[in-house]
Amino acid sequence: MIVNTLLIGASSGAIYALMALALVLVWRSTRVVNFAQAGQAVLSTYIGYEAMNVTHSYWISVPIAIAFGALIGALVDILFMRVLAGRVQRGPIAEVAPVIATLGLLGLIQSVIGLIWGNAFVQYTSPLSGKGFSIGNETVPFSPQNALIVAAAAVVMGAFALVFTFTDLGLALRAASFQPEIARLAGIKVDRIRTIGWTFAGAAGAVAGVVITPTASLYPNSLDLFFVSGFVAAVIGGLESLVGAVVGGVILGIGFAFILQYIGSSVTFLAAFIILMIVQLVRPHGLFGHKASRHA
Amino acid sequence: MSAGLSVKDLSVSHGAIKAIYELSFEVAPGELVALIGANGAGKTTLLRALSGLLAVQAGSASWSGNSLLKKKPEELVRSGIVHVSEGKSVIPELTVQENLAIGGLWRRDKADVRRATKESLELFPALQSRSNQRADTLSGGERQMLAIARALISRPELLLLDEPSLGLAPLIIEQIFESLKQLKAERGLTILLVEQNAMSALKIADRGLILNLGRLVGSGTPTELIHDPQLRSAYLGF
Repeated sequence: MIVNTLLIGASSGAIYALMALALVLVWRSTRVVNFAQAGQAVLSTYIGYEAMNVTHSYWISVPIAIAFGALIGALVDILFMRVLAGRVQRGPIAEVAPVIATLGLLGLIQSVIGLIWGNAFVQYTSPLSGKGFSIGNETVPFSPQNALIVAAAAVVMGAFALVFTFTDLGLALRAASFQPEIARLAGIKVDRIRTIGWTFAGAAGAVAGVVITPTASLYPNSLDLFFVSGFVAAVIGGLESLVGAVVGGVILGIGFAFILQYIGSSVTFLAAFIILMIVQLVRPHGLFGHKASRHA
Repeated sequence: MSAGLSVKDLSVSHGAIKAIYELSFEVAPGELVALIGANGAGKTTLLRALSGLLAVQAGSASWSGNSLLKKKPEELVRSGIVHVSEGKSVIPELTVQENLAIGGLWRRDKADVRRATKESLELFPALQSRSNQRADTLSGGERQMLAIARALISRPELLLLDEPSLGLAPLIIEQIFESLKQLKAERGLTILLVEQNAMSALKIADRGLILNLGRLVGSGTPTELIHDPQLRSAYLGF
């Protein structure tokens, strides 16, 4: 029983981890909490859905959706965030404005999706089975599609961790996000680097959308709850750390699974916020976050 | 056409408040000029305008005959103009090694970046044993050394330094200023050094400029400035 609950928790945790990874990527590149992430991811998934209708192949639709997700991320930065940053440079509003803007963008994207595709549920299906693997006579609550979600989370985390840690681009992304002015004075093209950060996050969000959606249905708000859990997971992990996002997602997924199993479904969503508050009170910088600089 | 830095009738405002009034001066190639003035004199504003961080309302500024205005800071770095801003201009969350590396990220000649990094560490040996430490674990002096070392990795022709002595102990200030003297003498680097610490800056400068409320109120060799009783008592504070 406990093993089954852990498996359920791990697979839903991987879903939250994927959403959390996309959030962390934007945060690490731009210091913005991107509330439009769910909208960007669901729009990319609709593109994948259309690609599958044309090609009749889930596997062809996946890279198309990811490419569009990356493009959407880049366009959000170039057409929206960059213009906003140019207009609001100083004062307390300069820090808050981009976050508020992403909330507005979420509403805009979801409304546009509703206008194009309507609000009805559609099915974006994967050839992988949603039925659990069989071990002997027993069927475990962990399907091939769940395995794909876990693998996608591991690949996204690993790939971006490598980029951020070992490449010049990763160093430029970190420098531009921590201290954009100093990065500029060191010769880094901060605007371009930020666009790359949004592009990466858009692609990661699209990965989340195309692997999660076959386990449910697709509609304009279909990723909203996953996003909220992903946000909680990212904060648990420290908002800064890619590993933290995955650990936060898994903690949340397993926590939900046990609550669902032993307490009931009515309190699972409430539990997310209780966990968030406990983490904020006990470890405000999250499990993998750093304290602010002692001298800066 | 001036071969060095040429600033003519430059005016800069912060919104409705004018901070620099029709300022004109020149810095010859290889010269170390100290720009001295009290808080609010407009020194930092001037450097920010020269490095592309602030828009200029009127006038001109050029380096080797090429205008510095309406260019982004990152473009100016690529033209050899590097600004080390006020307050130990390092990225606290990055290690010493990473802070140094960002100075050369844009450069294609990676062999020269490695050479420049080695030279910078030789100039500031205190940084050598700290390469894997985060910059926020360094002392104020080490952070200032790191900021200058990073700037040098970009191979600047003109170095704009904003208050490198701010908040540092006299011994450390002496060490940093000695390094600036060495950079000028050995590499022919042109340096515009903004300082409140007039005495230390004039000790190493070829010339001094005195700025007060956005206007140039005095200029000359360190000896001339130090021996002008009016300038000395009104602006130099000693």
